[in-house]
Amino acid sequence: MSDTLQELRDRALAQIKEGITPEKLEEARVAFLGKKGELTAMLKSMKDLSAEERPKFGQAVNDLRSELETAIDEAKKRMKSAMRSEQLKAEAVDVTLPAKRQAVGHRHPNSLALTEIERIFIGMGYEVVRSTEIEKDYYNFEALNIPADHPAKDEQDTFYLGGDFLLRTQTSGAQVHEMEKGRIPIKMISPGRVFRSDEVDATHSPVFHQVEGLLIDKNITFSDLKGTLAVFAKEFFGEETRVKFRPHHFPFTEPSAEMDVSCYKCGGTGCRFCKGSGWIEILGCGMVHPHVLEMSGVDPETYTGFAFGLGLERLALLKYEIEDMRLLYENDERFLTQF
Amino acid sequence: MNASMSWLKAYVPDLNVSDTEFTDAMTLSGTKVEGYERRDKNLERIVVGKILKIEAHPDAEKLVVCQVDTGDAAARFDVKNENGVVQIVTGAKNMKEGDLVPTVLAGGKVAGGHDGGPMPEEGMAIKAGKLRGVESNGMMCSIEELGSTKDFYPEQPENGLYIFAPDSGVKPGDDAAEALGLHDTVFEFEVTSNRVDCYAMTGIAREAAATFGKALTLPEETVHETEENCSDYIKVEVRDADLCTRYCGRVCTDITIAPSPVWMQRRLASCGIRPINNLVDITNYVMLEYGQPMHAFDLSTVAGNQIIVRRAADGEKFITLDGQERTLDKDVLMICDAEKEIGIAGIMGGENSMITDSVKTVLFEAATFNGPNIRKSSKRIGLRTDSSSFFEKGLDPANAEAAINRACHLVEELGCGKVTKGIVEVCAPLPAQKRIAFDPERINALLGTEISREQMLAYFKPLEIAYDEAKNELVIPSFRQDLNALCDIAEEVVRFYGYDKTPTTLPASTVSSGKRTKQMEVEDCLKEVALYAGFSEGYSYSFESPKVFDKLQLPTDARERQAVKIVNPLGEDFSIMRTLPLNGVLGSLSINYNRRNKNVRLFECGNVYLPAALPLTELPDERMMLTLGFYTDENKGKSGEAFFELKGVVEEMLARLGMRVQGASGALSFCAPAAAQDGGCCGGDAACCEARPYLHPGRQARVCFTPSGKQDKDCVCLGYIGEVHPDVCEAYEIGARTYVAVIDIPALMPFASFDRIYHPLAKFPAVTRDISMTVPKTVTHAALEEMIRQRGGKLLESVSLFDIYEGAQIKEGFKSMAYALSFRDAARTLSDEDVAAAMKKILNGLESLGAELRS
Repeated sequence: MSDTLQELRDRALAQIKEGITPEKLEEARVAFLGKKGELTAMLKSMKDLSAEERPKFGQAVNDLRSELETAIDEAKKRMKSAMRSEQLKAEAVDVTLPAKRQAVGHRHPNSLALTEIERIFIGMGYEVVRSTEIEKDYYNFEALNIPADHPAKDEQDTFYLGGDFLLRTQTSGAQVHEMEKGRIPIKMISPGRVFRSDEVDATHSPVFHQVEGLLIDKNITFSDLKGTLAVFAKEFFGEETRVKFRPHHFPFTEPSAEMDVSCYKCGGTGCRFCKGSGWIEILGCGMVHPHVLEMSGVDPETYTGFAFGLGLERLALLKYEIEDMRLLYENDERFLTQF
Repeated sequence: MNASMSWLKAYVPDLNVSDTEFTDAMTLSGTKVEGYERRDKNLERIVVGKILKIEAHPDAEKLVVCQVDTGDAAARFDVKNENGVVQIVTGAKNMKEGDLVPTVLAGGKVAGGHDGGPMPEEGMAIKAGKLRGVESNGMMCSIEELGSTKDFYPEQPENGLYIFAPDSGVKPGDDAAEALGLHDTVFEFEVTSNRVDCYAMTGIAREAAATFGKALTLPEETVHETEENCSDYIKVEVRDADLCTRYCGRVCTDITIAPSPVWMQRRLASCGIRPINNLVDITNYVMLEYGQPMHAFDLSTVAGNQIIVRRAADGEKFITLDGQERTLDKDVLMICDAEKEIGIAGIMGGENSMITDSVKTVLFEAATFNGPNIRKSSKRIGLRTDSSSFFEKGLDPANAEAAINRACHLVEELGCGKVTKGIVEVCAPLPAQKRIAFDPERINALLGTEISREQMLAYFKPLEIAYDEAKNELVIPSFRQDLNALCDIAEEVVRFYGYDKTPTTLPASTVSSGKRTKQMEVEDCLKEVALYAGFSEGYSYSFESPKVFDKLQLPTDARERQAVKIVNPLGEDFSIMRTLPLNGVLGSLSINYNRRNKNVRLFECGNVYLPAALPLTELPDERMMLTLGFYTDENKGKSGEAFFELKGVVEEMLARLGMRVQGASGALSFCAPAAAQDGGCCGGDAACCEARPYLHPGRQARVCFTPSGKQDKDCVCLGYIGEVHPDVCEAYEIGARTYVAVIDIPALMPFASFDRIYHPLAKFPAVTRDISMTVPKTVTHAALEEMIRQRGGKLLESVSLFDIYEGAQIKEGFKSMAYALSFRDAARTLSDEDVAAAMKKILNGLESLGAELRS
């Protein structure tokens, strides 16, 4: 390589190296490699060389051109990456600043509990059906073995709508409607709103919800009732849950029972939550009374079945540890957004 | 129903179980114990003390210093004493030397203060100390300090210490709580309405005996009668036998009124009944013991020696023995003598025949009155007594005779008088003895158990259910009105076998697929969108005040005012079944607004109740409505942005169900009320098209769906959206702009679909064109879009409004609108000519609407 080329190379590389700004780099590129640049001038000066020197010199000039081009590219890359990292550094945020939340709504605790109950029973092959909230006396009482003068009619303080019509006091009428359809086996749950003329307080509401359950088929036993509800309790309250059945009375089931679950708070040792007993009362149930079957057109000689009814609010209050039922019907956002 | 352990032990002497064992076992065998209270709660170191000496306190006029002999008790409890004598300073005055009194020794506890005020949970500790400088090592007690009251211990003086009667047989150092019958537990039972027999001590005792396998000793009923005949004293006539199936009367002579014995007083007290005198106490005692209310008349006040049982006359007045005047009616049953009424049957006796201390001859009454009649009468008269609450349950007629004999037995036992011979009674034929075929296989089949026949029979024996082997029938005792069928017998078996011991199985039933109804799925789909859009779910009451209609500014003849009324509401505010779903959400928004919660969004999914006719002749239409509501800041509200935000939520909801503005099956549209007058929409339902008075007249729209895709007569109203009228907001005390949307779920059900069909993605490029124009303000976006679509034909893929402007630069009465159009053919690349032709048609159409193109 000629001294001139060598000198040009050293000068160019030094300039590229120091060319820290993009403008300086571009200046250098134009000065050396541009159409009017030094290297081009060099090439033009080739005509003054001898024929045997020309190819050699041309080769040397072209080699130098690629060398300088590479050096410029690298310088560009270095520069870009330096700028990028500077940019990224400058853009750092305080990640502990408060989040900007997408406001998503919250489901009501009643609905959450109901969804869970439905999931469990659908898993066991139950259909979910509805029945009307305004009901005829017959379906709320008589068809459930509660005749006109039965004291149970007074126990469940009923809202009357005139004539034969009333606000249902229990979802049990859904049993009758389902049986009257005449399709057996029946495997259904029926959630819904019920009404009793209780004054509003922390544990009473004139409007609340129940979930009725009914299974009718051949050879259904009291043991099946126990087994089914034990599955429900474990699914709903947790695998560790134990159940206890106590005798009780409902006019439309016989034998009848109330089911307690072991307190999921203390595990059954007794705490403030279960009032020291270790057990929490959850639902009423029993074998469908043969007279009820008969009235609804199901042959009690062939079929047996069980029914149960649980209070949705009661389960929701227990599950979410809500101490006052009134909160469920105020719809205060600060309450709802907790679920 | 309350029962004390000591009283139960009178019938089940071998019952030696702890309070918790008793509670658990009785509950599991079907007699649920709600709770129990020990009567000696917080009583410690309570002994009998004998006051040997009373001396004045050297430094306090109102105190005295007593030397009290407590036998060996002081030494036992390590309390400072001298030969068992303890020094106690007291302010009490009613004692004298030699008196025996309940005494708490230092280090012990009493239940409460002597004033009988509320008792502290942990009791009151009594410590040794000095009172005005004089040492005192205990306290002498009143009955209040021992946790009871003078009501139950009538011998307790008005003020001061309880003093044991000289003949009470107690001596210094004895357990005073024991002597006062306080080492006892009172159990509270929840007796179910079918077990009438368990509203009696004997009934509970029978269950306890059966539960614990102990012998039951029933009360003595034998009577040593005099030679005189009862029937010579009294005649009975029942004129209204439908309300009185049995009336038994017995007469006792030579009555001496005195306090009843201590054991009877203590038992009554344990059940919360105040001892009065021997005669009254006997009737109360038998009522609790047998569950059969009784009444005692002073025979000298019974005119004509005659009892007539008959209905009262409407409006008749009668003074009951509490001195109150009661108004009767023809459905109230009365006990009368030959001249007048002397008692309201089963509820309360009359003042005119009540027992006084001078009574000589008494007529006991034990009757069986019609339960429902007593219940209703007692409600109408407004008088519910212990007696009526027993009769309400419907009593066993056989019990009346047993109870009256028991009362007479007690008259003799207590030396209260003499019992004349025989019973005077009027009795409808007693119900035949019930028999139920015994079928152990079927019982086991119902229960899923394998309990032997013998085992079952063993369970029946203590329940007095007999077995007729010859007929293989179970013979049911009359007091078990609840046993009527084999399933009832199965319950008797399983409750003594143990509910917990029966197997736990799953039904070997036909396999079925669990599912929900389509409407439930649709509701959930809508709710899900609402949740994503920031609405939280609320629940509100189904009944509300008729004032809601005024708050919502409904005209007086609005059909929504035709609401189902509750005959017996909790108050006017809860008296009608809602016909509109808005009040729940608006009420809840109001609560939130007034609690300063910001930008609250709520939804509710609940029924409205639309009667076809009033009064109801058929079930009303229960329609599930989804209601969305929110209040917003003034910027969003005033500009109308909030309206379109809500419209977006509704569009998204319906799109999920396959209902779109330009849908493959039908068209969704939002129509302003004014458009309704063009007529014909919503199945010709004019009311649906009219402006809703509770919404802003210029900011409301009906949500319409046209299955045919054309704005035509088959249009169905799915609901409405709008800004709540500012006057309505004021009525609800919401100080911010509020928006609501209501979706009528049954209305959309026929069109709701979860089906999805894939459309191939476009392969050829789209050509876009923008149109910018000025149009008269009256021309709606919908009209322009409709025109563009119609003229654009098949090639027009989409139209979207991207700018709207009114104001300066635009001439008066006009607005500037700009649309982006996109053309595409699925099969080829469009040429400029294709698009130009389509654009020409479109522009011509727009001009016909009064549009002027802007360059």
